[in-house]
Amino acid sequence: MYLDSEDEKILAGEYGETRRKMMEILVALGKVFGAEKFVPITSAQVAGASYKTIGKWGLEWLRSLDARVAVPAVLNPIGMPRERWQEMGIPSDFADKQNAVLQAYRRLGVKLECTCTPYYINRTSYGDHVAWSESSAVSYANSVIGARTNREGGPSALAAAIIGKTPYYGLHLWENRMPQVAFRIEAEETVHASHYGAIGYLAGKEAGNRVPIFTGIRPNRDQLKALGAAMAASGAVALYHVDGITPDSRVLRERGMDISVLETITITGEEIEAIFKEQTVDAVAIGCPHCSEDELEEIAGLLKGKTVKIPLYIFAARGVAQANPNLVGTIEMSGAKVWEDTCIVVSPGMDHFGTIMVNSGKAFAYVPNMCGAAAVLGSTEECIAAALGE
Amino acid sequence: MSITIQARGISAGIGSGALLVSSEPISFLSGVDPDSGIVIESGHPLEGQSIAGTVLAFPFGKGSTVGSYVIYALRRNNVAPSAIINTEAEPIIAVGAILAEIPMVDRPDTPIEDMKDGMSASIDGSSGTITINDE
Repeated sequence: MYLDSEDEKILAGEYGETRRKMMEILVALGKVFGAEKFVPITSAQVAGASYKTIGKWGLEWLRSLDARVAVPAVLNPIGMPRERWQEMGIPSDFADKQNAVLQAYRRLGVKLECTCTPYYINRTSYGDHVAWSESSAVSYANSVIGARTNREGGPSALAAAIIGKTPYYGLHLWENRMPQVAFRIEAEETVHASHYGAIGYLAGKEAGNRVPIFTGIRPNRDQLKALGAAMAASGAVALYHVDGITPDSRVLRERGMDISVLETITITGEEIEAIFKEQTVDAVAIGCPHCSEDELEEIAGLLKGKTVKIPLYIFAARGVAQANPNLVGTIEMSGAKVWEDTCIVVSPGMDHFGTIMVNSGKAFAYVPNMCGAAAVLGSTEECIAAALGE
Repeated sequence: MSITIQARGISAGIGSGALLVSSEPISFLSGVDPDSGIVIESGHPLEGQSIAGTVLAFPFGKGSTVGSYVIYALRRNNVAPSAIINTEAEPIIAVGAILAEIPMVDRPDTPIEDMKDGMSASIDGSSGTITINDE
């Protein structure tokens, strides 16, 4: 693997022990994956933010580090909202340890935005190389924005943030971004408009870790977010294309891509509708991945002047929620809660429900194991109606 | 008599101890007790054995990436291996070895199946060499 003279100095320890170790991690990963060189990154999203995941020893390791990040870096969602954790029923000893993890990251210069939607916080452009961790964020960066990232682990994303580079392999290379399987959606426009999570859930199981390309659908950005998040949960899809919609698909078309040679899997309207079943629910959760401004606006519109009958939790990035105080106010007037920093999947606050209704194919895939609850999938409108007891 | 085996350096430093060879991959998260260094995965060929102070040779890591922090915990509890040899390094073990400052090599010229438990071995993770004292 090629290292420039600056990299060599870092590896020799001339810029301190922490940077030396971070460079050693990146070089080791470069060897493991056969990278020939490094590529500079524009941002990082660091996993290993929840105390529930990294535990006492992860915290000790973070505290042992002494350096600052070289590029803007944010965190994955954590186990609680930073401010209103008591309101969510989080025990204070967990909160203390979670806060200690956050302080350790703050000392390293990581911005304490804990979100699976870093693209709403740090502007990311087509062709940018980044080092992101959370599976739906990785999918969105690669597929919807056309940035380039592998799915990073906690230490590798932090190492990339501190050094400002990542090994050049995997999805950073154009040749690894070619579609490998095609999905044709055979359903009425009205069926799939609100059901991209279900389509993603089905497609992810079939795609595994291959790069899929979809034909016959025209999703907007929030629908793409739902589609990719679900495929990253039910499968291991880190990049997908939608013919004529996602940026790489246009480049592939210009370069003569022929979809007809690929294995083609058809998803029908009946298969999509079979995922939705009637069931009594104890709580409703929306915001997996974290809500965009448009989604908060839609939810606020549906809740305006009404009162929820069962818990309705909305999850969003701190930066997005705080930029929209009126929408958050309207939502909370109904008795629903808008939580920042945490999420449906990682929060212990979601552990005490029997059946949770979600509008997300990703949450639908993870809730049974991560929250110990049954999951029901519905459109956003159906979720809000269930919360209102309509 | 000592034999030198060339490998590829993954984590720098020098470590030595008695070889402990596993024919199966190792998952550190839930497979190894971080307090004692004893392999606890049910049915694993090394089940019940301590990896503390050994030169631990196994094909590759498996399981959760949180395993990297378990390797760090083993080191802090003074029950880590002195060095690691893998047939093929993957991120969990490579990152864990670097966090824990455990010398590590992979891709040895001599397959790990030909290495014997109890032989005294020394690893240089910088040059990527394995020295085995064959008494």
